[in-house]
Amino acid sequence: MNTLILRETTRVLFTLILVFSVATLLRGHDAPGGGFVGGLIASIACSLYVFVADAKDVRRLVRTDPLKTAAAGLALAIVSGLVGILSGGRPFLSGQWVEIGGVKLGTPLLFDFGVYLVVVGAVLTFVLEIKEPASVPPADSDK
Amino acid sequence: MSWLLAGAIVLPLACGVLGLSLRPNRAMQQWVSLVAGIGHLGIATTLLVTVWSDGILVAQIGGWPAPFGITLVADHFSSAMVLITAIMGVATIVYALCDIDQRSLVKDFHPPLQALIGAVCGAFLTGDIFNLYVWFEVMLIASLALLISGGRKAQLDGAVRYAALSLVATTLLLSGIGLLYGMTGTLNMADLHLRVQQVENQGLLSVVAILFIVAFGIKAAVFPLFFWLPASYHTPRVAVSAIFAGLLTKVGVYSMIRVFTLIFTHDVGYTHGILLWTAGLTMVTGVLGAASHNELRRILSFHIISQIGYMVLGLALFTPLALVGAVFYILHHIIVKANLFFVAGATERLSGSSDLKTLGGVYREQPLLAALFFVPAFSLAGLPPLSGFWAKLLVIKASLASQQYWIAAVALAVGLLTMYSMTKIWVNGFWKARPASTEKPAPLSRLDRALLLGPIICLAAITLAIGLWPGPLYDLAERAGHELMAPSNYVEAVLGTSETAALGVGEGAVE
Amino acid sequence: MEAVIAVLVGVLMASSVYLMLRRNLVRFVLGLALISHTANLLIFSSGGLQGTFPPLISPGELEPGPGAANALPQALMLTAIVISFSVFAFLLVLAFRTYQRLETVDPDSMRSAEPVPAEAGMDGPASGGPQ
Repeated sequence: MNTLILRETTRVLFTLILVFSVATLLRGHDAPGGGFVGGLIASIACSLYVFVADAKDVRRLVRTDPLKTAAAGLALAIVSGLVGILSGGRPFLSGQWVEIGGVKLGTPLLFDFGVYLVVVGAVLTFVLEIKEPASVPPADSDK
Repeated sequence: MSWLLAGAIVLPLACGVLGLSLRPNRAMQQWVSLVAGIGHLGIATTLLVTVWSDGILVAQIGGWPAPFGITLVADHFSSAMVLITAIMGVATIVYALCDIDQRSLVKDFHPPLQALIGAVCGAFLTGDIFNLYVWFEVMLIASLALLISGGRKAQLDGAVRYAALSLVATTLLLSGIGLLYGMTGTLNMADLHLRVQQVENQGLLSVVAILFIVAFGIKAAVFPLFFWLPASYHTPRVAVSAIFAGLLTKVGVYSMIRVFTLIFTHDVGYTHGILLWTAGLTMVTGVLGAASHNELRRILSFHIISQIGYMVLGLALFTPLALVGAVFYILHHIIVKANLFFVAGATERLSGSSDLKTLGGVYREQPLLAALFFVPAFSLAGLPPLSGFWAKLLVIKASLASQQYWIAAVALAVGLLTMYSMTKIWVNGFWKARPASTEKPAPLSRLDRALLLGPIICLAAITLAIGLWPGPLYDLAERAGHELMAPSNYVEAVLGTSETAALGVGEGAVE
Repeated sequence: MEAVIAVLVGVLMASSVYLMLRRNLVRFVLGLALISHTANLLIFSSGGLQGTFPPLISPGELEPGPGAANALPQALMLTAIVISFSVFAFLLVLAFRTYQRLETVDPDSMRSAEPVPAEAGMDGPASGGPQ
């Protein structure tokens, strides 16, 4: 798997795919795209990197525990739902909007961004789990 | 009050997320989980009290009106189930403080546990059938994470079987939902109740009903779809298998009851007839399987199956009394069954074995534990002053009232066999002298002992209380049962209009 | 068109059942992936296949124009795809770990959780007690 060609193309593609994934995330409100697809595209970039590098390198690159990234995404999604309740007692997950400099920003974007993080975190957890050698629990190792 | 409904789901999920972000600090995870559990108990109690005084509570997620958005509904049945889930949650968290301590190999216990509790409550409270599927899947992933944490061989083996059958079940459920949507054009359960009556092709409706029976049947572990349960429930840590034993299969039964009282009532003779046979065979095979095993948790796993039969029986008879019995049975059973698993775990911790061949002398060495085993065990068998007696009495009375004498006879015989199985544990594990080959483990510290026995004592007290004063629980079950048999209140609460108006295109259905 | 989709659903379902019945965990996992796609296709066709335009509402109007496809089955499918994707990823890791630990992909020779009675005496009970 780990050939020179793959390694060098990954170097270029990694950034490009990440930028593309963010673009997909942002256009997702009323055009094809969104948090899930964007997250998947980003996790393709990460998976490519996992293929060419060691699991250790990848962990150093992403810095945080991928599960924590997923947790942060879930937290963002929950917060985006709570905004409606806190600003005037609307039901959970009601959309709320603010206009900043002509751009309308709303809770659905926050939700989508949360989904993006969840997908990246979850996929990275799974991919790293396969890449890293299994740790055998001592209780069982003697059979 | 709509925040109560969302809160019962979101609070555990949010605490699961918080716990995940606290990795790898297990002590903090524990405390967050404990606080969340107690908070959840508070929300669930408030929810039940509110429903008891004000009737059915409805919340429209995102403010989208009923047949279009996702609806959360709390009637007496679902809010009682949420309360019992919260009780089980707290009991499991406290038990796990000792069972899954800092030294244990199980690294992440509390985050998936909280996610599981949230998903179970979601499945109980949702009024949207597709949303039910989503909660089933969340439940599946959370329970798989719990099942394999620790990574022992038996756990992986059990988890493969569990995952395989559960995924087939959810796929069948999804197909059933797709077909149902194709026929009716709605996913809201209250709206479905009205629209299935207008479906022309009633035969296709029965086919879809069978798909739902199979899907929920796998989840509920009824005959002949139960093989995943005894293969996996004895493998994880005791705290995990206790909450699985108490809650997970019951979510399947709950969904079955909900769907087969609210949606598929077009051909009761056919669908509920199948359920009746299933119930009988489930009771018998479960108890026979239990009689043939020697390991405590494997015996108890088979008893789950056998007891599921009684609950399905209550649904299959489809009379108000039978449904009251089924609801009563579920509520009593969750507490009793989880408690039995706790006792099995405590026995293993305190006496060093969980196999009847090598276990012994518990009565002499741990008299308190023996007494605590007695209460849930003989409640399960249906001995008079305990909660199981009333539950069995209601179901059997209902089957006699519908003149299904053979099923009443089966239920009684299975009760007897359950008694045999529990006596077998009592005689071999508790009365028999300790075999010379078995070593006594080192005694636990006083705090660990309290953490281990505390939840058992509380749950046994609840069992005893239900047995001695069955009145309040019976009233609750009666209200829930009658609500299930006459869904017009449910429909009206969800759609906010009278039935005839809602039969229109769905425009006046805004609450 | 509906007949074609119906046949396709049938063929896919048959193939996935065939895969799932093989004595090989890897094939089983692939079968499960296939069966979830079958269910998605079923939902897709249950919404009716007559609509040919994307269900987008043009500015100033309140409902999509005539001939728009039904959006709800697509939303359901998307949710189902997301879920089956995550479950599939989980299952893949589970199967891989199982293969590593149990050194087999044949479900019949996985006897750790339910040892055959003759072995049970030697290996001790497969229980998850204190370790």
